[in-house]
Amino acid sequence: MSRILQYAALLAYLVFLGFPLVWLLSTALKTPQEMAALDPSWIPREPTTANFAAAFGEQDLIGAGLRSLVVALASALLTVAVALPAAYALARYRGVLKRITLGWVLVSQVFPFISIIIPLFLVMRELGLVNTLAGLVLVHVTFTLPFALWMLQGYVRSVPRELEEAAAVDGAGRMRAIVKVVAPLLAPGVVATLLFSFISSWNEFLFALVVLKDPDVMTLPLTLVRFTGPEGVARLGPLAAASLMATIPSLVFFAIIQRRLRSGLMAGAVKG
Amino acid sequence: MRITSALAAVAVLALVTACGGGDTGEPPGGPGEPVKLDFLSLAWQKESVAANKAIVEEWNKANPHIQVTYVQGSWDNVNDQLVTSFEGGDAPDVFHDDSPALAGFAAKGYLLDLEGKLPAALRNDIPQAAWDTVTFDDGNGGQGVFGVPFLQESQVIIANKKLLDEAGVRIPTPAEPWTWDEFAEASRKLTKGDTYGVAWPMKSPVNKVLNLALNFGGTFFQTAGGRTTVKVGPEEKEVLRRIHDQLHKDRTADPAALGMGTADPLPGFFAGKHAMLPAGVYLRQQVAEQAPDDFAWVTLPPLKGTTSHQGAVSQTLSVSADSEHQEQAVAFVSFFLNGRNQARLAKGDWLLPTSREAAADPSINGEEDGWDVATASAKDLVVAPFLKVNGYDEWKSKVATPVLQEFFANKISLDEAARRLVDEGDKVLERYQR
Repeated sequence: MSRILQYAALLAYLVFLGFPLVWLLSTALKTPQEMAALDPSWIPREPTTANFAAAFGEQDLIGAGLRSLVVALASALLTVAVALPAAYALARYRGVLKRITLGWVLVSQVFPFISIIIPLFLVMRELGLVNTLAGLVLVHVTFTLPFALWMLQGYVRSVPRELEEAAAVDGAGRMRAIVKVVAPLLAPGVVATLLFSFISSWNEFLFALVVLKDPDVMTLPLTLVRFTGPEGVARLGPLAAASLMATIPSLVFFAIIQRRLRSGLMAGAVKG
Repeated sequence: MRITSALAAVAVLALVTACGGGDTGEPPGGPGEPVKLDFLSLAWQKESVAANKAIVEEWNKANPHIQVTYVQGSWDNVNDQLVTSFEGGDAPDVFHDDSPALAGFAAKGYLLDLEGKLPAALRNDIPQAAWDTVTFDDGNGGQGVFGVPFLQESQVIIANKKLLDEAGVRIPTPAEPWTWDEFAEASRKLTKGDTYGVAWPMKSPVNKVLNLALNFGGTFFQTAGGRTTVKVGPEEKEVLRRIHDQLHKDRTADPAALGMGTADPLPGFFAGKHAMLPAGVYLRQQVAEQAPDDFAWVTLPPLKGTTSHQGAVSQTLSVSADSEHQEQAVAFVSFFLNGRNQARLAKGDWLLPTSREAAADPSINGEEDGWDVATASAKDLVVAPFLKVNGYDEWKSKVATPVLQEFFANKISLDEAARRLVDEGDKVLERYQR
C-alpha cells in the first residue's frame, strides 16, 4: 500500500515538474489564434512550425546557443577546478583560516547582485574583459564559487577520514590517498557541482546583459528576451519555440552526466 | 591534485579566452576610418525590428563615414543596463528609452542636451506637447531637451463589432467621440447573459487611470511654492468613480478582469465574454494577429469628459553625454526620426508618431485595423502630469497601485482611497524634495 502511495507521490511530482515543459511545447506549436482561445487545449488543433521558423529566422539562436554552451561549460569546469582543492582543504584542516573562509563565503551570499554590478563592471573594464565571453566566464565562476565550495566541502566531509587513514596505513602518501581513495568517492559531489554551475551559468541574464554589448557575442538569455516587450507583453509563440530549444542543451548535458550522480557509494565502507 | 587543478584552471581560462573573440573597444579612429556608433534599440515587434534595421541600413549605405551598429535590447532591463553603462563610461552612443526614464538620467548628467543641436525641420515637425515630455532639469539648475520624442500611446477602446451592431449603439467617431456617460450607457446595453459590456484590466492601474483622469482635468499632483503634493479632488475622483460604478454598481464590467494585465482579457474578448476593451493603441497588433478569422472588431476613439485630453509619455531616442561622436550621433537621430521614418516606426509598433508629417502618412491613416481612429487620437495627447514629479515611481508602486487595486476591488471607499493616496503619497514625495 505504502509503495502505491510512494509511486503516486512520485507521479504527482513528475507531473509537477513536467507540466511547464509540456505546456511550452504545446504553446510553441500553436497559432496566434489558438493561443488566444478561451479554452486552451493541450494538443494544438492546427499544429504549426511557424513559431520555430520565426524564432530561428529572426534571431541568431544557434550562434547564441553555442556561445552560451562555451560559457556554461567553461564556467562549470573552472568552478569545480577551483572549488575542489579548496573544499578539501576546508573540510580536512582545522584552524582560524577555515572559520574565516567559511564565514566569508556565507557573507558573500548576502549582497544582492544588483548592488555590486557597477563596481564589478568597472573592474571588468579595467581588465579589458567587457564584451568578451572570457569576462562573462570569470564573473560566473566568481558567483558560483562560494556555493560550489560550500556544496563540495559537505561532500568531502562525508568521506570518512578513516578511509584516508586506512590508505596511509597501507603505505599511501597523502596525495596518493586523495587521488586513489577520496577522488573516486567524490565523483557524485563533483557531478552535482558541475551541474549546478553549468545551469547557473546557462540561465544567467543580468551579468551577461551588463558585460556583453556587441550583438555578435550575446548569449542565449539575452537573445530570448528580445521576444518580450514592455509590461509583460510578449510574442508568446516565437518565445516558447526559442525557450524550448534553449532547454535542450541543458537536458542533454544532464542526461550525459547524471549517470555519475549517485550516492551511497560509501555505504558500509566504515563500520560504525 | 592541486597542481593538476591549477593546470586545468589555466587551460580552461586559455580556452575561454581563445573562444572569447570579442574585442574590447572601438578600433582607433584614424583618418579615413569610419566613425562607429552603437544604437541600442528596444523595438521588439517583428515589423518594428524590421523597420529599425531597414532605416539603419539605409543610413549606413548613405553615410559610409558614420557606421551605425544596431543592438537590440529589451524594455524590461534597459534601465539597469544603461545605468551600469553610464557609470562605466561605456554607454551606447544613441539609445531608445521612454521619457519617464530620461528625467533621472538627465539630472545625473548622463545625457546630451539636444537644445539647439537638432535641425529646424525636425524641431518644427514635432509639436511642443511632445517636446515637453523630454524637457527636464539638467541637474545644474537649467532645463534641457534630453531626447527626441517619437512614439506615443493613447488609450482607445477596442470593441466587438458584431455586439455593438446588435446592441444598436451609436458608433463614435474621432469628430464625435463618446462621452463617459455614453460609454456607461453603451456598456449597459452590451451587458447581457454571459457578456459583460467592458473589461478593465487593472493589474497596473496607475498610469492608465492617471492618463484618463485628464478627461475631467484630474492631474493628481499640484505644485505650490516649489513643493509638489498629491491632490485627489472632485476632478481626480471622476474617472475613478465611473470605473468603480461599472464594476460594482452597473455591473457592466467583468470583475474577473480586474487582476489582469492589458493583453490578458483578449481570449475572453474574442469569445464574446467582453464587448469592449479599453487599451493602449498598440494592443490592436495583438488583436489583429490573434483574432479568429471571422471576428470583426473596431477601434473606438478616446472618451470625452470635459475634454478628450489624455496624458502621455513618449518613446525617445537620446544621445549619451560621453559619446565620442556626439555630432554624428545627433545627425543619425535626426535622420532616423524624420517624418517618413517615423511613419514606418509607428506602423511597425502600432503606436502614434509625434511627427506631424508622419501623422499624415497614408500608411497609418487607413480604416483597416483602426489606424484612422488611432492616428487621429494623437491630437488629444498632452504631457502626463506625473512625468515631472520626483518620487512618482515610488508613489506609484508603494502607494497608488495597492490603493487603486483595493478600491477597484471594492475593499475601500473612494474617500478612503483618496485619503490614502494623499496622506501616504505626500510622505513619499516629501522625501524626494528635501
